[in-house]
Formats: sequence, structure tokens, C-alpha cells
Amino acid sequence: MRVKAQVSMVMNLDKCIGCHTCSVTCKQVWTNRPGTEYVWFNNVETAPGQGFPRRWSDQERWKGGWELDRRGRLRLRAGGQLKKLLTIFSNPDLPTIDDYYEPFTYDYETLVEAPLGKRDPVARPHSQLTGKPMEVEWGPNWDEGLAGGLESAPKDPHLQGIEEEVRMTYEQAFMFFLPRICEHCLNPSCVASCPSGAMYKREEDGIVLVDQDKCRGWRYCVSGCPYKKVYFNHNTGKAEKCTLCYPRIEAGQPTICSETCVGRIRYLGLVLYDADRVQEAASVPDERDLLAAQRDVFLDPEDPAVREAARSAGIPEDWIEAARRSPVYDLAMRWGVALPLHPEFRTLPMVWYVPPLSPVAATLETDGYEADPDDVFGAIDNLRIPLEYLANLLTAGDVDEIRSVLRRLAAMRSYMRKREVLGETDEAVPGRVGLSGPELERMYRLLAIADYGDRYVIPQAHAELGQRLMQEQGGCGLDFEDGPGNCGAVDSRPDTSSPRVPVDGERFHLVDLLTKGGRGS
Amino acid sequence: MSAGEIFLWIIVPYVAMTTFVVGLWWRYRTDKFGWTSHSTQIFESKILGWAGPAFHYGALAAIGGHVIGLMVPKSLTEAIGMSESTYRWFSAIAGAVAGAVCVAGFVGLVYRRATDPRVRRTTSRIDIAVYFLLVVLIGLGCLMTFAHNLLTTNPYDYRDSVSEWWRSLLTFQPDVEAIEGANTVYQVHAIVAWAFWALFPFSRLVHALSIPLQYLGRPYILYRRRFAPAPGRPR
Ligand code: SF4
Ligand code: SF4
Repeated sequence: MRVKAQVSMVMNLDKCIGCHTCSVTCKQVWTNRPGTEYVWFNNVETAPGQGFPRRWSDQERWKGGWELDRRGRLRLRAGGQLKKLLTIFSNPDLPTIDDYYEPFTYDYETLVEAPLGKRDPVARPHSQLTGKPMEVEWGPNWDEGLAGGLESAPKDPHLQGIEEEVRMTYEQAFMFFLPRICEHCLNPSCVASCPSGAMYKREEDGIVLVDQDKCRGWRYCVSGCPYKKVYFNHNTGKAEKCTLCYPRIEAGQPTICSETCVGRIRYLGLVLYDADRVQEAASVPDERDLLAAQRDVFLDPEDPAVREAARSAGIPEDWIEAARRSPVYDLAMRWGVALPLHPEFRTLPMVWYVPPLSPVAATLETDGYEADPDDVFGAIDNLRIPLEYLANLLTAGDVDEIRSVLRRLAAMRSYMRKREVLGETDEAVPGRVGLSGPELERMYRLLAIADYGDRYVIPQAHAELGQRLMQEQGGCGLDFEDGPGNCGAVDSRPDTSSPRVPVDGERFHLVDLLTKGGRGS
Repeated sequence: MSAGEIFLWIIVPYVAMTTFVVGLWWRYRTDKFGWTSHSTQIFESKILGWAGPAFHYGALAAIGGHVIGLMVPKSLTEAIGMSESTYRWFSAIAGAVAGAVCVAGFVGLVYRRATDPRVRRTTSRIDIAVYFLLVVLIGLGCLMTFAHNLLTTNPYDYRDSVSEWWRSLLTFQPDVEAIEGANTVYQVHAIVAWAFWALFPFSRLVHALSIPLQYLGRPYILYRRRFAPAPGRPR
């Protein structure tokens, strides 16, 4: 047993209101620099919808993640090491900027400087890549809230096999929001795909990072990540990705997306896992067994043998204690209501989702039911479309698993409603889903009304090892030596009409001299 | 030996070599963050899809040809029983294939850089300098391969002149006479090549030194510690 700790996240999809606060605050902190205009470490997409980049989950097309070869061994879907080296001069599976969107800004100056006239001046969109006027034809969240409807949404890969029904029952459309960050996988295919060895997983907390000094811009991480959560900074020529706000995590604070989440849908906590079993779990032959296999890799922090092994692996005592209070462990393991996104990619993702009951309830309402929790409980079985959709998203197509999770959630609602509204305690309800009344109540507290300290249980990076962290607080996470910098890089010119791509990639003095005005300023 | 000759055939090469070595060292020390291929594939993938590999594979083959032509003395190929004519046909045909593939790719790359506004916008002055030198180098190189080696009854034997001089530079006993009498096209090619090497450390050409061979056979998942373990703590 090789015990490691991992900081991981759960998102309760029922509570996401699609406000995009998380995306915006994340962008302000991490990607408001030239070269990352199109980059969203956190994005919130509408489901059903095409996602960002478009159809990212279609691995027939993008070849991200892992697969099993004929002899059942794990291999990168895009091909092994030799193939990567031989095709290094042009990555065959790389998305282009149009698969994301061409970043744009508006010619705001016109609004200020237009002469007095009969008509109001109009700010026209300009490409942030070329500075030229452009027609905006796609953007982040173009199909937000099912916009684009029957033209756009059916292109969602998760609808495969159920497109027909979706079309026919569109009036009873279901919809929910899916916020996505990097999964900080236990078996990260981005790390495995990087020829330079610039990407790594941190031993202490499992955060997956790109070493900016070692990245040479080969771009295999971008295509290798099945979630398309590594981005290419076209200004620096290097890969960048969600950092799980590691400077904040080290200081015991939640990521900025969690901190600012309006719906309070996010939970952060530790999970202890056995690093020796990761390969084996990622290699189980049947995709539908991957969920169970991944849960098997997690270790129960209540088990004294596990705690002892964690101690001897050098995991500090307060981390072990934090693992015992982890909301993530509660949701994913104890109550089993959180599920990993696309387990079939075999990366063992570590951002898990509580599936939404609301689309189920919403469909019920249009069928003439009132969405009473008891009805929901009984009717889950009849709701083929949302169930299959959720199964395609969260359980590699295993509808039974989704059904049982939704039943547990419905049981919680029903139990609490009876207690709070009718003043009855119906002990039969928890029994039907294999949980006890007090457990359902704890689950309700965590999912519905938990405080900050219960949602985010993050032990500080070890004080005696990380004293510099205090000094770094409030600083800029990218401002380490030779880092890309961040806070200083915001374009100081108010003029956005001629966006530029300044040189801050090559900082070598002679190069600066020669390129002055070179990169299109 | 005139001052001009000393300048062209001794000073220029050594200045270029020094710039190359010291420049690389300095760049690596001070600018690892800027050390990248600076790919533009995210902006344009179709032309790059064939032109990128064609140019790079052609160029790698050409580099291999240069190493053989410049480093392997005639006496050695003769000693292993390779006749002058066998060598000539080998070098001419291999060189012509490599040159043609490289030129095709290069034309594709220049075309895409010039015509795609997004790619074009990323082009720095140093990129333009590199492209200019490459045009001259590849152009002259192909001229030499085709006109002076492949399609002539009287091939020019650079191994008696240019190669001798090149090796004499490496042993710090520059043999100016060897290059003095060489064919002018070869001379110009050599001088431009020195400019290329001097520019190398300061351009994105440095990515050529980062071909990630270490990837082969590496374990897939890499772990790193943020903090060194405290003394007495197991890793
Ligand atoms: S989700 Fe994150 S850790 Fe997983 S493969 Fe993608 S970039 Fe790597
Ligand atoms: S801030 Fe929270 S509620 Fe708002 S979109 Fe993001 S995850 Fe959803």
C-alpha cells in the first residue's frame, strides 16, 4: 500500500444556477493575459449542448485519454511514445482555435470618440488574434441555456443513441449546467502524453501542473487530455492548465471558483488513495466497472491500518484528520451520491458530480405530476432520456448506477420533507436506499445548508515546510521566477480597438531588441 | 592571406561558433521560459499537417547529410571501399530527395505564415530573419545539390575543399587555402550558414535541441514533490 493524499472536488449539479461567477473569477485570477484570451480553466456548459471546446467528449475525434489494447493493457488512445515522437512536427489530434472560439473584444473607443450624430455609435467586434474586425460566429457558452436549440444541442456527443427521442420530446426539454475544471486525475493522460516530461502530479496533494520552464510547446497534453483542460498559450508557446489554485490550497483556502460559487455547489476535501492500485483500477476490462474500481482505490480514513500506513508514508497528522472530515469522501464513498465525469476515459478523474434531480422533476411537472419528492422517487424509472443522458456523462452508460444515486437523493428529499413539513419520520424511506435516517440527515445538511468550514476541509500545506506561503498570500500565483507572470500583464492601454499580441514569451534581451514591434504591436 | 580572407574564413567562423555556444548557454540560463517551438498549429492545422513534417524530416535528413559530408574525411570512405562515384551518387540522390521534401514543406510553411492572418500576426522580426536565412541556405543548398552534383557530368567535389576547411576549424588549425579556391556558391552558403548559427541561440530554433528522446521508455506518470521531505521522514 502506497498511501497518497489528493485534494479533490465534488460539485452538486442540482444547485448550479449557471451564473458563471466561477468562470469569471477564475479568469480574472489566472487567464486574463495575452495568449490566454480563449482559455477558461473553469467553464460552465449547458447540458445538453456542445460544450467547450465543441464536442470535447467525442474521443473518436480527439483521441484523448486511455484505452485498452487487445491484450487488455492500458495505452494512450492517441498512440504511444514512439508514434508521438514521429508525429511531433504536427499533432494530428490538436483542436484549433475555431473549436474553442476566436477571442474577440469590442471597439469601445468608437463609443467615446464618435462625433455627435443622429445615430448612436456602435462598438464592433474585433478579433483579439488579428486585431481585424470580425463577425462573431461562436463563443464561450454560445449554446447557453439551450440557445441554438435543435440546431446546436443535438450535436452533443452525450446524446448519442437517444437523439431521436430528444428531438421528439423537445417540448419537455431537460437542461442543467455542468461546471468543469481540470479533474486532477489519478492517472492523468496529459502527464503521460507530455514528451518533455514538463507535466507532473504533485506527490503531496495530487495537483497536476505544467512546469513552464520545461514545456517546449509540443502540445500533446492538449490533445491527450480527454477533458480538453490543458490549453495552449499562443503568446508564450507553452501549455497552461487549471492549477486548482494551488497557492490558495496550500494556505488552506478553497479554489477561487469554489470560494466565489454563488450556488455553493462546490466541496473540497482530501481523499487518501493507494497509488499502487491506480494502474490496475484504470485497466479493468469493462468500462462500467471503472467507477467501482476507482472507489476501490480510495482508502477509508477511519481504518486504523490506513491511518498507520498514511503516517509511515509521511502524511502529516492534520492531513489524516482532514481526510476523516472530508466532504468529498462522504459524498463519493460513504453515501455514494457523487460520480466521476466520464470514467470511461480511464484517467480516474478527481472532480466528482452529484447528478441533478431537477431535470427529472422538471420533466415530471410537464407530465401533469406535481413535482412532489415522493412522485420523483417513484417516477425516476420512467425517465429514460435524462437518465441515459446522465449515464453517458457520469457512469459510462450505466443507467442502474445513476438510478440508484437519484433514488438516494430523492429519498433524502422525501425523508426531510416529511420530517420538516409533516412532522413525521418515515424510517422506511432511508431503508429503501440502504442508508439510515441520521445518515440521510447528514447528507441533507452537507448538500443543502453546510457552512463554509464543512464544505471546504483543506489542511494547510505543511507549515514547517512551507513558511514562505504566508508571504506569497495576496501575491500573484504566476509571478514565480521565470513564471509567465499574471498581475502585471494586464494590458495597460485603454485602447481595445487594436488588440495586440505582445512579446512576453521570449524575454532574452537581444530578442526583445530585435522583436520590438515584431509581434504585431 | 589577405585581411579579408582571414576575416571571412577564420574570424567569422570562430565568432559564430562562440556566439552559438555562449549564446545557448546564456539563453538556457536566463530564458528557459522562452525556450519553446512556439507552435502556431492551434491557428492553422491543415497546411501544417503536411508541410510541418515535410520540412522537418527533410531538414533532419539534410542535417544528417551535412554531418556525413563535412565530418567524414574522404580517406575514410575510400578506406571502407566506397568509390568516389558511389559516394557522389549516394550524396547527390539522397541530398536531392531530402532537399526536395524540405523545400516543399518550407514553401508550405512560408505560404501559411504569409497568408493566414492569425499565424502572420505571431511572426516576430527574429522569425523573419530566420526565414530569410533559411531561404538563402536552402536555395543555395538545392542549387549545389542539383546543379553541381546531381545533374552534371562534372560534379564539384566539396570534400576536397569545404570539408577540409570545416574540419580544420574544429581542430583550431584553420586551413584557409582549402576554402579559398572553393566554388563561390559553396563559399556563400558557408558564410550564410555561420550567420544562421550565430542567430540560432536567440531564435526559436533552439527547440531543435529539445527533441524529447527521453520520452521513449519513460514511465508515463511523473510525480514531483513540492517540498523536500523533512530530515528523518521517509519519502
Ligand atoms: S483532466 Fe486535468 S489531470 Fe486529467 S488528463 Fe486532463 S489536464 Fe490532465
Ligand atoms: S459560480 Fe457556482 S452556481 Fe454559478 S455557475 Fe459556477 S458553479 Fe454554478
